[in-house]
Amino acid sequence: MLEIWNDPTFQIGFWAVVKAGLILFIMLTLVSYLIYAERKICGHIQARTGPNRVGPLGLLQPAADVLKLFFKEEFIPAEANKVIFHLAPVLAVVPAIVVFAVIPWGPPPFLVADVNVGLLVFLAMSSIGVYAITLAGWSSNNKYALLGGLRSSAQMISYELAMGLSTIGVLLLAGSLSLVSIVEAQQKVWFVVFQPVAFVIFLITALAETNRAPFDLPEAEGELVAGFHTEYSSMKWALFFLGEYMNMLAICSIAVTLFLGGWLGPGPSYLGPLWFLAKLMVLIFVFIWIRWTYPRLRYDQLMNLGWKVLLPVSLANIVLTSIVIWWRTNG
Amino acid sequence: MTAPLFLVFGLLLILSALMTILHRNPITSALFLVLSFCSLAGIYLLLRAEFLAMVQIIVYAGAIMVLFLFVIMYLNLKHDVETGVQIAVRRGVGWLLAITVGALVVALFQRQWAPGPVVGLTDATGNTEAIGKLLYSRYLFPFELTSIILLAAMIGVIVIGKGRQGGTIE
Repeated sequence: MLEIWNDPTFQIGFWAVVKAGLILFIMLTLVSYLIYAERKICGHIQARTGPNRVGPLGLLQPAADVLKLFFKEEFIPAEANKVIFHLAPVLAVVPAIVVFAVIPWGPPPFLVADVNVGLLVFLAMSSIGVYAITLAGWSSNNKYALLGGLRSSAQMISYELAMGLSTIGVLLLAGSLSLVSIVEAQQKVWFVVFQPVAFVIFLITALAETNRAPFDLPEAEGELVAGFHTEYSSMKWALFFLGEYMNMLAICSIAVTLFLGGWLGPGPSYLGPLWFLAKLMVLIFVFIWIRWTYPRLRYDQLMNLGWKVLLPVSLANIVLTSIVIWWRTNG
Repeated sequence: MTAPLFLVFGLLLILSALMTILHRNPITSALFLVLSFCSLAGIYLLLRAEFLAMVQIIVYAGAIMVLFLFVIMYLNLKHDVETGVQIAVRRGVGWLLAITVGALVVALFQRQWAPGPVVGLTDATGNTEAIGKLLYSRYLFPFELTSIILLAAMIGVIVIGKGRQGGTIE
């Protein structure tokens, strides 16, 4: 029984499972307090206090919310496609969690897996994430939900392209798809200095990919009731909510890794995860700030921005970056 | 560890491919096709072709199938409504294609053309770089040809899209 502990394959697997469990635990806690932070910050932006009744400063509000969601009635529309209706919320959460497997939280012991195509894993999972909303909208058999689903698939496909292209500048600079190598390439200067345009495009497309205001057209309360999750209730709705915040954390982590130097910061290397979390929190705050500041875009404005502004600008950025790199190596 | 994983992905691939053509609901068929693409990506991973596996998911499972789904949802196809001659023609063509593919499979198995394990591309940095180098050296012509075909398709789509709206093409 003890020999199995000396097997290197088993050791890698064992530690991966332990780390994955730990990350999942931290992320779930973080998500519940992210929702608290969102409500508090939104409250202060709107000149009110936000949740303040449950526990000191309302700090137990997330626990109360989760309990409430557990005990709510679960409703499934009669004409819904049952299997797909159940599948959609799962698809909303899983891709976001998979991305956490490749994110380097700190220098080598602080990550689950250093995959040599780490960035592609992220792009692949964000392209799979479209299915959750599309299928939720279709399977509910509700016209508002369907409209929300259709809008979201159009939106996410359009913005995925610009997002993928905005990361290519970083790839050109780092010369690797591995997220660990990308962070290590930023030892001297963070890539946001060389790629400010790409960073802005990445942030805008990240907002669109996570369906947050000003890009929350799939939900658009004013016109579509609640968009794709109109028919969802109880924990299924909570899974969509969880997926949205998980996606936000994942996408901000990737932004930190690509542009803001990942775990790099002053102090010994074991402080890496703390630096990473600090940068992550700053970005998350920016996301929340934007959400409660800007009004929603109209559908045609959204498409024009995606195809006629972000895509050409990110293509120009790639050409420019390539020319500069070629010039510096050959000129 | 590779052999059982290959069995899992292989079985998943065959089953989901079968369900793609056997299921009556077009949305479910499309979803099974996504699953089969993902299991194919798993097999690519086992062959140590990480780049190919991820591109398979991004391009096929992510981009192309989402567009398929989008179109199916727009058309709101609940059931196959066509009847009569069209079904008969489709059956005929289907049998013809099935026999061709079956003959091809038999021929392939007799010649033992199954690809062997990938050799020489499995260094620590992965094979992304190797694929890039091959694409821009040995396979440059087919690569450029593909981009021209894609460009032609793009222009075609724009022309058709403009024509449908009733406007003139300037």
